[in-house]
Amino acid sequence: MNIKESNTRLPTANIGGKARQYRRFWPVYLMMLPGLIYLFINNYMPLPGAIVAFKQYNARLGIYGSKWVGFKNFEYLFRTSDAWVITRNTILYNVAFIIVNTILAILVAVVLSELTGKRKKAYQSVILLPNLISTVIISYLVFAFFSVGSGFINKSILPLFGVAPVSWYSEAKHWPYIIIFVNAWRSVGYLCIIYLATLMGFDRAYYESALIDGASRLKQFWYITLPLLKPTIVMLTLMAIGRIFYSDFGLFYQVPMNQGALYATTNTIDTYVYRGLLQLGDISMSSAAGLYQSAIGFVLVLGANMLVRVIDRDSALI
Amino acid sequence: MKTREDKVFQALGHTLMTVLSLSAVIPVILMIISSLTDNEALLQNGYSFFPSQWSLYAYQWVFDSNGTVVMRAYGISVLLTAVGTALSLLMTTPLAYGLSKPKLPWRGALTFYVFFTMLFNGGLVPTYINYTSVFGVKDTFYGLLVPSLLMNAFNVLLMKSYFVAGVPNEILEAANIDGASEMRTMVSVAIPMAKPMIATIAMFVGIAYWNDWNNGFIYLLKRTDLFSIQNLLNRLMQNIQMLATNSQQVSNAGEGLAKIPQATVRMAMATLGILPIMVVYPMIQKNFVKGITLGGVKG
Repeated sequence: MNIKESNTRLPTANIGGKARQYRRFWPVYLMMLPGLIYLFINNYMPLPGAIVAFKQYNARLGIYGSKWVGFKNFEYLFRTSDAWVITRNTILYNVAFIIVNTILAILVAVVLSELTGKRKKAYQSVILLPNLISTVIISYLVFAFFSVGSGFINKSILPLFGVAPVSWYSEAKHWPYIIIFVNAWRSVGYLCIIYLATLMGFDRAYYESALIDGASRLKQFWYITLPLLKPTIVMLTLMAIGRIFYSDFGLFYQVPMNQGALYATTNTIDTYVYRGLLQLGDISMSSAAGLYQSAIGFVLVLGANMLVRVIDRDSALI
Repeated sequence: MKTREDKVFQALGHTLMTVLSLSAVIPVILMIISSLTDNEALLQNGYSFFPSQWSLYAYQWVFDSNGTVVMRAYGISVLLTAVGTALSLLMTTPLAYGLSKPKLPWRGALTFYVFFTMLFNGGLVPTYINYTSVFGVKDTFYGLLVPSLLMNAFNVLLMKSYFVAGVPNEILEAANIDGASEMRTMVSVAIPMAKPMIATIAMFVGIAYWNDWNNGFIYLLKRTDLFSIQNLLNRLMQNIQMLATNSQQVSNAGEGLAKIPQATVRMAMATLGILPIMVVYPMIQKNFVKGITLGGVKG
């Protein structure tokens, strides 16, 4: 992924003469073509269409034929309270995910790395399993627990404590906890494997000398493991910050079952754009929100990458 | 030399991991048990790990009277996963291989062309308009297959790194000097050496296709007969009737709806949706862990 390095090699490639190089490599270009064309169709062709955010979209006239309206769509978007709510939700959820998932993943990775016995591998594969379940099915699992009439929590857990049933799918205030929990349930196993792989690469000599000095496990964790993990933590966190303007559409749409009563705490930029496009048919507003996300997201990814580059060149994307 | 502290730590650690492992599978177990519960019992006592009455009726109902709807969705999921994974590998591998050749003219620019797609995208609206109005994928199988899933830059760059590190350029040059064409070098030298990476990416792509519901959700608006199992599940949550609409059993929609063991059928369908993953997972589990580690920080 290092582009600089390839540029410096280009001149030597020309020694044999450009024409000869092309003669030699044309089958390679030909083989690469389908992939390059797909990226063109899937990623590059839609780009100019982003100008639809500055137009009053009319399906009959198409993106380019529709009337220009300048920044009107953005003005409307930011005049509503929606813009603030979806931005707040998207960012706060991501911040919560970063904190909760990182702490849990490190905890689990450290415990796993110190455990002995055969079951170690089994734990690892079992906690990874939720990562392979589709969001639609996750929404079924959540429903089995939280369904108002017959959910496991309302029928079996709450009565134990003498608490009255809660109408989960119509009270927005519970959803931040539910969504953060579901996300951790799904992602911690994955993140944990990355941390575990890093932990396994550490020099055991540090720990052996710490043991001789009589350092407790907690001290070892605090003074050896955590500092050694720091670069990985910083890197993964920066990557996540680069994606802070994006949210997993399924997690915020399917899991709360698209319930209007829950929008206050479940509407994110991605769900807003979807609803605008396919449910409300408000393409102008939807595309304005989409471009707002793409533009700020782009700046954040680049910024995060520049920081990563300063800290550790090899881990940067570019 | 096990100290007391060690023993306590091991005991606590195993307990913690057992609890976490259980919490990872408990929701799935609840789903499976619910699918095997009598519908009336479920409505009365709620979703429970210890149902008062077991029943296979939900599965019977799904297969007996509505087998066609479910089986067709299953078939589409299988077809989609197979075709998608094959096409994805056919595009990803040569592209990654080309980008890994140090002497390829324009290599830097092409790498950036691939990489840039990870930084910026036009967003849902322009992508949707492009696919529907230019390519007309709405309400076709291509709507499930093509958008966003067919190939992604991350897999290309991951495989490219593998070619760079795992397939020494000297070997490829040697094959070239021996008179093998570029095509042959790739097919009979580079690809066999990159098999582990190709298998890993095939697995990632396959799982992504099997689990995808997003494409059908966006691009299949009328042709519900093209629904994959995930799309069907998604629609069933709102509208269980969908299963019944195709069977003659229901001439009177209201009456038919009353007959459907709704709650347990939902869970039975979800169990069927997860089943292939559960069956395949033990086999691919090792490779999956390795793949995550390879993608590592860059993931």
